[in-house]
Amino acid sequence: MLRFLIKRLALTVPTFLALMFVTFMMIRLVPGDPIEVRRGERGISPERLEQLRHEMGLDQPIWQQFLDYANGLIHGDFGVSIVSKTPILQEFLTLFPATIELTFFAMLIATAIGVPAGMMAAVKRGSVYDQTLMGVALTGYSMPIFWWGLILILVMSNTLHLTPVSGRVDLIKYFYPPVTGFALIDSLLSGQKGAFLDALHHLILPSIVLGTVPMAVIARMTRSSMLEVLEEDYVRTARAKGLSARRVIGLHALRNALIPVITSIGLQVGTLLAGAVLTETIFSWPGVGKWLIESISRRDYPALQGGIMLIAACVILVNLLVDLMYGLINPRIRHAK
Amino acid sequence: MKTASLIRIVALASSMLVAATVANAKSLVYCSEGSPENFSPSINTTGTSLDAARPVYNKLVQFEPGGTSVNPALAESYEVSEDGKTLTFHLRKGVKFHSGVNGFTPTRDFNADDVIWSFERMWKAEHPYAKVSGGSYDYFNDMGMPDLLEAITKTDDNTVVMKLTAPNAPILANLAMDFATIHSAEYAKFLMDKGTPEQFDQIPVGTGSFSFVDYQKDAVIRFKAFDGWAGKPKVDDLIFAITPDATARYAKLKANECQIMIAPNPADLAAMGQDPDINLMSQAGLNIGYLAMNAQKPPFDKPEVRKAIAMAIDRDAILKEVYQGAGQKAKNPIPPTMWSYDESTVDHEYNPDKAKEALKAAGVENLATDLWWMPVQRPYNPNAQRMAEMMQADLAKVGITATLVSYEWGEYRKRMQAGEHQMGLLGWTGDNGDPDNFLAVLLGCNKEGVPNANNIPKWCDAKFQEDITKAVQITDITERTKLYQDAQKIVAAQVPWLNIAHSTVFEPTRKSVSGYKISPFGAHEFQDVDVAE
Repeated sequence: MLRFLIKRLALTVPTFLALMFVTFMMIRLVPGDPIEVRRGERGISPERLEQLRHEMGLDQPIWQQFLDYANGLIHGDFGVSIVSKTPILQEFLTLFPATIELTFFAMLIATAIGVPAGMMAAVKRGSVYDQTLMGVALTGYSMPIFWWGLILILVMSNTLHLTPVSGRVDLIKYFYPPVTGFALIDSLLSGQKGAFLDALHHLILPSIVLGTVPMAVIARMTRSSMLEVLEEDYVRTARAKGLSARRVIGLHALRNALIPVITSIGLQVGTLLAGAVLTETIFSWPGVGKWLIESISRRDYPALQGGIMLIAACVILVNLLVDLMYGLINPRIRHAK
Repeated sequence: MKTASLIRIVALASSMLVAATVANAKSLVYCSEGSPENFSPSINTTGTSLDAARPVYNKLVQFEPGGTSVNPALAESYEVSEDGKTLTFHLRKGVKFHSGVNGFTPTRDFNADDVIWSFERMWKAEHPYAKVSGGSYDYFNDMGMPDLLEAITKTDDNTVVMKLTAPNAPILANLAMDFATIHSAEYAKFLMDKGTPEQFDQIPVGTGSFSFVDYQKDAVIRFKAFDGWAGKPKVDDLIFAITPDATARYAKLKANECQIMIAPNPADLAAMGQDPDINLMSQAGLNIGYLAMNAQKPPFDKPEVRKAIAMAIDRDAILKEVYQGAGQKAKNPIPPTMWSYDESTVDHEYNPDKAKEALKAAGVENLATDLWWMPVQRPYNPNAQRMAEMMQADLAKVGITATLVSYEWGEYRKRMQAGEHQMGLLGWTGDNGDPDNFLAVLLGCNKEGVPNANNIPKWCDAKFQEDITKAVQITDITERTKLYQDAQKIVAAQVPWLNIAHSTVFEPTRKSVSGYKISPFGAHEFQDVDVAE
């Protein structure tokens, strides 16, 4: 297992280097100078433009800019935002807990609903239930997140008044500073009555929206995997032994069926972080997704570069953990030479 | 101590106070569209950042709420010398700065030192705060202040004297702009002594109607009412809920999660107008969208050709399709809300047949031209591409072949300023409500007869230049009005550009809100706003 871990960690180095290069180059392919793009009709004088470009190091040759950036990154310096003049790492760490909280709950909902739904669809294969479920999963997978989020706001918030529209907290009733950055924890720490439930209430709709696509994927994966496993000899043996359906399915079949599903959950993290960009924008959720969107329009190169690298690091880390977990769950992997 | 940690501590202390009173406090929530870069108008140019900082500060003079007239503020009165080169401001006495923000307790009232400090920060490279937070004072420079100012001094603690290099009537309007915000010199020194000057622009202290409480990045900005020289605001708490999506803002307004919102979707306007809980306020924007014709490139050097093209464009159709009713047809280069607007101007009629004849008479046949459109939405032009396509079709009807051209926004602007275009779309939003800010900036030329950078039609007229040069140097509003109206008549006759439209600004509020006025400058101000419980 240790050798496996070291090997996987070693593989992340070239991944990071490639990502560093690709991110740096792709951002600069987007038309627009970071200084000029933020100016109005008046524009900027050539002298002032040159001065600002020099201050930001943008007058250096591209290869020099890349080397400076790479050197900074290796030393843990992600640069300073052109817009806010704040260190990128500081901005990221301020906003990341909101994204983690949202993606965690989105994945929780996706798994809590997707796995049992997929399981039941497999057990009742070919039934109306199975077909309906897979149809709903396909719809969920195909729906644009932006549209889905706005529809839910319209129905759940504006029409049925069941959920708040957006944000993390009722701004009039509650005010507590972000100690950890996780609204649920901060609300508890504040000691204000009702704050925790309010934070949870605000989390419902964005988590459902963000979790919809992974839910659909997990449901379908679970169903496929379960169908395969249910055909195995050991399941037939378990049935023949007279074990209850619940024990056969829940213990013998599901455990094995979950192995590929766990892998796909790891892959879904990347999807969730991408989806978080849109969800955070619709629901005014102050996470890194919204921050990156604004950085694009502002041509905030350091924020984009640093933000993407940090998110990539998280995705790589999560997938590494999933691989490790996979090894732990699957004895065949664990004992492989 | 890092700024972020300090903001948390300040907020924690503030939250204990706020939480205790929140049940009984009257709160106003404004749905803003983006996050501020910082809280210092001197170093900002974006509306988002200026809006976020404005509640905390005042200026020497200020625009009247909802209008462009300049009123006394921190200066309770002022005089201009006969030669127009010396302004004397008599400062209001007993004006307090916010206390308790970021651990700062002022030991004195506002005085002349604060005024001098605030301007010199933007002006003098040797100022101790000149380089703090990047040291970029774009608005101060763009308004030509370094060339205008000769000296700023005080004769006593409550009298500030500004000497100008030349008489300049719009200077008072300039001083009402956000960049001319007055800061606390004492707070600046307090932070410099602590070794944390960068907090000056992040945790603001001013004399404004609201004091800063907390900013949670990308989420919410909180202010609380300050009982200062302007009196206590009618609401106790002012909250900016940062909501980037326009549909989400509308949803929050409907749910009463916010009471005022910015920038509604044009598609939602009809529904807002019918909503019994929403008051859809509107006003003509202080802007102009135009189609420039490059007077340095034949045949656009001929006024008769430009007039003919003006007659060829169906602006009513453009207003309907592009502005979707959120605009009014323009006949002058300045908007109707601006003083000196010439009502007597006769607008061009839409008449393609007449246009064709006029072109023929001018010797123009089978003209091929470019037609530039900008790739971004601007306040005066919601969809330049669509507008250009419609104009292309109109021009084809009169025998002109127009090729559509566009570049990335920064590049577009640069190339148009360089005069690379033959015809092109652009526009302008006013900075200070003075006609000079439109006419001189957009159609003015220097002494050598070279068009200014923002003179996109590259058109110069000696009489026009004489009018606007004289108008800027005198303070008599009646005389200035006559000169600007004469200038507008010249523009109407010469047609350096086709005036397309002034867009309409819509601002929805809940009907429970009273006292809110739309600012012609796109500012959002809350000191006079009340919310019914």
